[in-house]
Amino acid sequence: MTTAASVTSHTRIVEAHPIDKVLRADRFPHILCPACGIGSIIHCYVQAITESGIPLNQHVCVSGIGCSGRAAGYINVDSYHTTHGRAVPFALGIAVYRPDLRVTVISGDGDLTSIGGNHLIHAARRNVNLTIICINNFNYGMTGGQAGPTTPLSAKSSTTPFGSWERPFNLPHLAHAVGASFVARWTVLHIRQLKEAVLRGMHKQGFAFIEVLSPCPTGFGRPNDIGEGLEEMRRYRRRCQVDDHAYLPDIDIDLTNDDSPIVVGNFVDVERPPFHPALGEPAAATPKPDPDRAAARTQSRESSSNGQ
Amino acid sequence: MGADTKVAGSPRLMVGEHFMLGDHACAEGALAAGLDFFAGYPITPSTEICERLAHRLPQVGGRFVQMEDELGSIAAILGASAAGARSLTATSGPGFSLMMENIGLAVMMEIPCVIVDVMRGSPSTGLPTLVGQGDVFQARWGSHGDYSIVAFSPSSPQECFDLTIRAFNVADQLRIPVFLLMDETIGHMTERVVIPPADQIPRTPRKRPGHAPGEKLFLPFKADGDLIPPMAHAGEGYNVHFTGLTHDERGYPALNAQAHEELVMRLSRKVSAHASEVTLVEEVYLEDAEVVVVTFGCTARSARRAVNLARQRGIKAGLLRAITLWPFPEEHVRRLSESGRVKRFVVPEINLGQVCREVERLTSLPVDRINRAGGAMISPQSIMEVIAA
Repeated sequence: MTTAASVTSHTRIVEAHPIDKVLRADRFPHILCPACGIGSIIHCYVQAITESGIPLNQHVCVSGIGCSGRAAGYINVDSYHTTHGRAVPFALGIAVYRPDLRVTVISGDGDLTSIGGNHLIHAARRNVNLTIICINNFNYGMTGGQAGPTTPLSAKSSTTPFGSWERPFNLPHLAHAVGASFVARWTVLHIRQLKEAVLRGMHKQGFAFIEVLSPCPTGFGRPNDIGEGLEEMRRYRRRCQVDDHAYLPDIDIDLTNDDSPIVVGNFVDVERPPFHPALGEPAAATPKPDPDRAAARTQSRESSSNGQ
Repeated sequence: MGADTKVAGSPRLMVGEHFMLGDHACAEGALAAGLDFFAGYPITPSTEICERLAHRLPQVGGRFVQMEDELGSIAAILGASAAGARSLTATSGPGFSLMMENIGLAVMMEIPCVIVDVMRGSPSTGLPTLVGQGDVFQARWGSHGDYSIVAFSPSSPQECFDLTIRAFNVADQLRIPVFLLMDETIGHMTERVVIPPADQIPRTPRKRPGHAPGEKLFLPFKADGDLIPPMAHAGEGYNVHFTGLTHDERGYPALNAQAHEELVMRLSRKVSAHASEVTLVEEVYLEDAEVVVVTFGCTARSARRAVNLARQRGIKAGLLRAITLWPFPEEHVRRLSESGRVKRFVVPEINLGQVCREVERLTSLPVDRINRAGGAMISPQSIMEVIAA
């Protein structure tokens, strides 16, 4: 993306943008709506790839179905756009057979936590060596804005015309509870922190789960009077609180209450043996309680009670 | 479990003569074929395949994963195969039903894999420990839309071994999912199984890209004259994109009627174009037969006895055993139908009429059905009575 406009002495004309080779330029224009957050998340992932020090051909991107599931199609690494909910077990197959590859799953909240929820919890329990970027836009966007397991209480959608009465998932709490080694939540406003979290996930030996809150002005914003995507970004800026030591059961997102914070951060980072199916040797005895996790939990509680 | 691996040959290949369970013979066949990756979920009557591989596969450098469910099992073997593994899962009817969506993905992404379905009494939970043959049509038509696959049906533990190897070779050759449609009787039958030395085990490799990555643009879905595209694996540097969406030769989504027509027609034709290579039958007394029993799986064992009994009574009976169930051996049935000598077909099967429909659409001669809902084999006597009728 070279430009010839107003060249100053500080301007360096480059032949290509640093991330060009990691994007499939021949796939553009993309299918995403104006002000959708997915493009920013793709950008963060691509930047993390370029900064990871891991060669391009050792990265693999797997996605499921939905707007977020289309992400794999724009990234110029070996990429697999699988079926609804099955990105994680497909990625497991690659990661187990080729442990030298760095497999990232990019998919949506509905894909990963509703139809694919069982695979998510078991891959986390096993501590499969995967980085999961879970794009949470609070609804099923591709199909036109239906409620899902992350839709906030009272939020409207085409299948909750009177407001949702189901309690949504608190995804970092879920991921931690089922054994993820790295757990973070950021928004598309936090592109630097998000990129750093993805990088940490890539270098983590084990299951890394990163929730990214992302505006869907078409599917979620419109029925909930959030207006344009920029307005949702303003809400993130106004309400987000960074707290790496947050007490995870308490970090539900209440989008209807403008006074409640949206807690973001890198919440969990522990070492656990990654999933590595046996090669004919007897497995280790019953694992002892994980001191790191216990310590992290205590620490979370203490720091949370200490206020923020 | 408890596989005695202290025999001649490499640990992977238990060369020699064995008294072996059908399910175990299937697992040994997969190992002989070079199985790299197994993902499965326990289900009767296929569990012994899973157990055998849990014990054996890690010992030969392969990876065994017990998944959370069958949806995960099929997805995992597709992922591993996309990365270059020879991969397998084994299940029974209920699990096979759960795998159907991703069988369509395997077809669309052209990812080779082998899926064993040990059939039991059905529908639903049915008769978990008793025989059925009701998944014949599910194997052919179970996933949504039009596509073609290959399915083999063994009638003995030896064939469980042999056909599992063949299934891997056909899967890799055609880049399709291949099914081994066993049944509970065959899976749980113990019989003589001979495992040959390595140099007698054929291996068909996958067709691979003809140039190094980066040399020029690789089109992962551009087929050659045989309608099969070369396959690049994850991590090789070809930067491939695979999608279940209708796609072009580059692998990119192409959501229009023309691209769909081209892709779906090719996926179907690549199997029909190679049908004669993959169609296996066994023919008994067909040179002068007037009544032909068309059969498969465990029922073929009763049918063979029935045909012999009929011959003893002077009835010119013969047997056509479909070792390949899909593509159905159409030409064999047509040739018999048009021979002028055959007067009647008899189709016994442990379902309410599936293979008989194939025979009926291929002939204008009478087709006598023998159907049982499941739970027990069809006796030779009852087949004999219909032959003699």
